[in-house]
Amino acid sequence: MSRVTLIGFQILVMVVTLAAWHLLTTVPMSNGKPLVPPFFFSTPGDVFARIWQWFADGSIWRHLWITLTEATLAFVIGSVGGILVGFWFARQPLIAAIFDPYVKMINALPRIVLAPIFTLWFGLGIWSKVALGVTLVFFIVFFNVYQGVREVSPTVLANARMLGMNERQLMRHVYWPSALSWMFSSLHTSVGFAVVGAVVGEYLGSAAGLGYLILQAEGTFDIAGVFAGMFVLAAFVIVIDGIVTLVERRLLVWRPAAADTRT
Amino acid sequence: MGVSAAEALPGKMRAAPAVALDDVTITFRLGKGVTYTAVSEATLSVADGEFVAIVGPTGCGKSTLLNVAAGLLAPSSGTADIFGERLTGLNSQAGYLFQADSLFPWKTALQNVAIGLETAGVASSEAKARAADWLKRVGLGGFAARYPHMLSGGQRKRVGLAQVLIRDPKILLMDEPFGPLDAQTRQIMGNLLLDLWSADRKAVLFVTHDLEEAIALSDRVVIMSAGPAARIIGDWRVPIARPRDISEVRLEKGFHDLHREIWTVLKDEVLKGYAQTGGG
Repeated sequence: MSRVTLIGFQILVMVVTLAAWHLLTTVPMSNGKPLVPPFFFSTPGDVFARIWQWFADGSIWRHLWITLTEATLAFVIGSVGGILVGFWFARQPLIAAIFDPYVKMINALPRIVLAPIFTLWFGLGIWSKVALGVTLVFFIVFFNVYQGVREVSPTVLANARMLGMNERQLMRHVYWPSALSWMFSSLHTSVGFAVVGAVVGEYLGSAAGLGYLILQAEGTFDIAGVFAGMFVLAAFVIVIDGIVTLVERRLLVWRPAAADTRT
Repeated sequence: MGVSAAEALPGKMRAAPAVALDDVTITFRLGKGVTYTAVSEATLSVADGEFVAIVGPTGCGKSTLLNVAAGLLAPSSGTADIFGERLTGLNSQAGYLFQADSLFPWKTALQNVAIGLETAGVASSEAKARAADWLKRVGLGGFAARYPHMLSGGQRKRVGLAQVLIRDPKILLMDEPFGPLDAQTRQIMGNLLLDLWSADRKAVLFVTHDLEEAIALSDRVVIMSAGPAARIIGDWRVPIARPRDISEVRLEKGFHDLHREIWTVLKDEVLKGYAQTGGG
């Protein structure tokens, strides 16, 4: 299927969904009411009017900025921590063995129960949300880097040593690229979790951000506001995912992709 | 049989051979009290400038012996000497061409070749220039920017060869380097290897399961018995003049006579090897 046809079909799905939503919530049935009550489901028109209003008066930018800041900080701190600890554990099997049950324990813990503690520790500002995001991102990056360092092909490693690499050069030319490739293969997941951590954190208690926006609308039964918040969040996530894909293509150029014979 | 290094190359009276394995036994500990002896009491020497091939049935420990010469594996008993000096740790005089893919997948062909110089402290720009030159010498001048996955199996072996040779090692260790390649590519690679080797005649220890390849390439052919506890059971000089062309050398009478002579010994071992590994 060509790219144009594909995008055509993708747009078609959106149009059909929006049309169905619009018809079900606005066209009156025999009893004079629409089939689906707009109070609970809002209408596409109201939702887009709300989004338009947010962008028109500029109030949305502050919330987007806050959420973006939280997600970015969570991603950077979680990744750096995951890389450092992942490397450390992979190169020190004894340390890894000692901490193994605790790593599993914390990773299995639903992170959301930590949110109230983080709020107590870090307050209602951005840092409690960053902390929540970090606990999510850290483990994804940590496990991938750990795996990446340990799964270096023994032949490649033997070759590197025969080519005269010392421990530092092995780190730079062998372990590091291998670990990075594993980390980048999970980039979509970890970036997604950074956003999840930020939004969930905001939702549980905050004064700004997309999660806050949705919570406020929900508190006043403002369904149009809830949907509008969701749509803005969805668009936000799509944009970030697109950026990640670009970064990935640039950094993992050496990795075999599915054969592409188009010229 | 039993040709000594000095006899093999009377012109080169260098006292110490490039590689001298003496009474090497390699035993692996598999588990509690279970051991596996891969190679038993192997004694082998390679003179400087000599091309020696080790041939044996699959699983006979040829590669294990090579790893001892490379210093990647310490023998359980016996010694390895490199140019008269006892080998402890990695053999820094040797270049090793592996059987499996050993290029760095995250580096381009050029970077893969240059890395061996960079680790030795050569400036990056000079290393790149010399690597580009080496890629030309192995016939890959136009492929410098390709990553390994964009190259064919034969091309990857060429890059591997350049990666090893650019460091100008005194000894070249090769572990079935052309094993995964098709027959035509193997011949081309064999000729390329002989061509490059003839320029400065390094000592070569070449492991293969292919007797024809061994005879076509080398000065001496060493035969190992089937494992476990494989031994060296034969040592022949190859009476074929150099320079050789691998595809033509197979038509010579000397080639056939030697092949028949070695094969009578090797055949029994191959059959034994098959019986032990279940034909695999």
